Amino acid sequence: MNETLHVARRNPKLLIGLSVVLGFLLLGLLGPLFVDHGPNQYVGPQSEPPSAQYWLGTTTFGQDVWAQFVYGIRSTFLIGVLGGGVAFAIGTAVGFLAGYRGGIVDEILTMLTNVVLVLPALVVLIVAVAYLDARGLVVQAVFIGLTTWPWAARAVRAQTLSLATREYVDLARLSGRRTWRVIITEIAPNMSSYLVMSFILLFGGAVLTAAGLDFIGLGPTDGVSLGLMLENAVAWSALQLGLWWWFVPPGAAITAVVGSMYILNVGLDEVFNPKLREL
Amino acid sequence: MWRYMGRKLLVYALTFAVAVTINWMIPRFMPGDPVRSMLNRGSISDPGALERMTAYYEEVFGLDAPLHEQYLNFWSGLLRGDLGISVMLYPEPVVDVILRAVPYTLALLIPAIVLSWIVGNRFGAFAARSKVLDNSILPIGYVLTATPYMWLALLMAWSLGIVAGIFPTAGGHSYALTPGMNAEFLASLVTHWFLPFLSMFVVALGGWAIGMRNMIIYELEADYATYLRTLGAPRKLVRRYAYRNALLPQITGLAVQLGTIITGALLTEIVFNYPGLGTLVLDSLNNRDFFLLQGVFLFVVIGVLVANFVIDLVYVFIDPRTRVQMTGASS
Repeated sequence: MNETLHVARRNPKLLIGLSVVLGFLLLGLLGPLFVDHGPNQYVGPQSEPPSAQYWLGTTTFGQDVWAQFVYGIRSTFLIGVLGGGVAFAIGTAVGFLAGYRGGIVDEILTMLTNVVLVLPALVVLIVAVAYLDARGLVVQAVFIGLTTWPWAARAVRAQTLSLATREYVDLARLSGRRTWRVIITEIAPNMSSYLVMSFILLFGGAVLTAAGLDFIGLGPTDGVSLGLMLENAVAWSALQLGLWWWFVPPGAAITAVVGSMYILNVGLDEVFNPKLREL
Repeated sequence: MWRYMGRKLLVYALTFAVAVTINWMIPRFMPGDPVRSMLNRGSISDPGALERMTAYYEEVFGLDAPLHEQYLNFWSGLLRGDLGISVMLYPEPVVDVILRAVPYTLALLIPAIVLSWIVGNRFGAFAARSKVLDNSILPIGYVLTATPYMWLALLMAWSLGIVAGIFPTAGGHSYALTPGMNAEFLASLVTHWFLPFLSMFVVALGGWAIGMRNMIIYELEADYATYLRTLGAPRKLVRRYAYRNALLPQITGLAVQLGTIITGALLTEIVFNYPGLGTLVLDSLNNRDFFLLQGVFLFVVIGVLVANFVIDLVYVFIDPRTRVQMTGASS
């Protein structure tokens, strides 16, 4: 453990990735506390470039872009944790069960995984979400989770397969413990680094998918998100009017959060897997 | 080998059935009355037309028949190539509307996928195991894959289109021209195509570079690479062997990434108002034209399945091991 920490402290990818993610997390948590008006309120002059009073300028309606930005970052993290969490729960459950049980259970679950894997997630989501009249963040997250789990299930299944034949697992099985107990106490801890990394990837995927949905106009009906900001900017021709402060920050924030998550993941990979460290 | 293909085809057939079932279920089991909400939001002012359309859609949905009959009717309509009538462009059949948009989407997708795959693989192979390059290309690759497609599209439309004024930023061709096979029209097609293509190409590039870089590192640690090195083979030769082996998983990756890239194409089209399937999705959403929306969904699924199958076939021809298995199984 000490050695892992030692290596971790010296891994620039891990450190840079982690600090960017934490920085944005803090901004999302604390930023809204210092904004004393709602993100969608019409507070200022219209279409004003960034200034000391409105840090990121205002929209064509006089909304404060900075307020929308910090609230949007908050919901970005929320959707990532919820959507990624649901996908993680389904994916690991399916993967563990398929890999551990084998046989017909494995056949069926693998078939199911492959079917959902081939379906393009966002397109399914568009069709499903289009029929909902009121959409909240949680509903969006659940739908995203339901469609994006397959690759995690495949990865977890492959790992479980290789662990399931180890002697200590056989021993646990012989002792008569329930399937889930064996999986939770013997198999999962031995691939914990792998699970953490899967969750990070699912988090990033959920954020990007949600941004896409929001951009098409299927975002939360009464909320703020970075994707919605992009949608509004395009809908009210921020491009043609040259209001770059309306559409550059939200996309940059998504890219920065998800990108540093990925880089953080590579760092973690190098920490857990000595083979990958720099030569 | 044929068993393997058979299994693949079974998964594809199942996927198609699931997609059709989703398409059938969603309007029936979601809360609310789809016919009413579709016609309410569609802008129809003439009450007579509204009545006729309501009657038509009630009948098409077949809501008074028992469920299993509705389901069978849905399939039989589908197999006859009937996806219903568009609300937005009443009375044009959905299939016609979609077929008009498909060429535009394919013109973006195919070059973007193929070129980004080739170039990305080159970059990735180039970067692997050379410290400076690795530390620059790898983070850039990750940032590119983390970029939302529509955001890069917006940045390009704004910088190269509006500020610099080099490229047009909306539509599939200049509206002043009538479509035809003349040079002026073709040039207009190309200039309108370029920016959406470029932004998709750039976003997709990162993922391939990362994948290739990781695969090459893995291959360079394999026994055959070590053996070649101990024989004193030049670095270039070892890498060439590794590259060819690393390409195989990248082809599988192509199948896995297809959904993401198609999604990206839809989002990019919306930014540029490019007359492909993406813009059609947005228009059908805004007009509550669920028939059109579901038609697009089915078309995309069919496209993904066909592409997957093509990739499977390509794999058989590229990887000699699968060919050996094939003859081995039949002899």
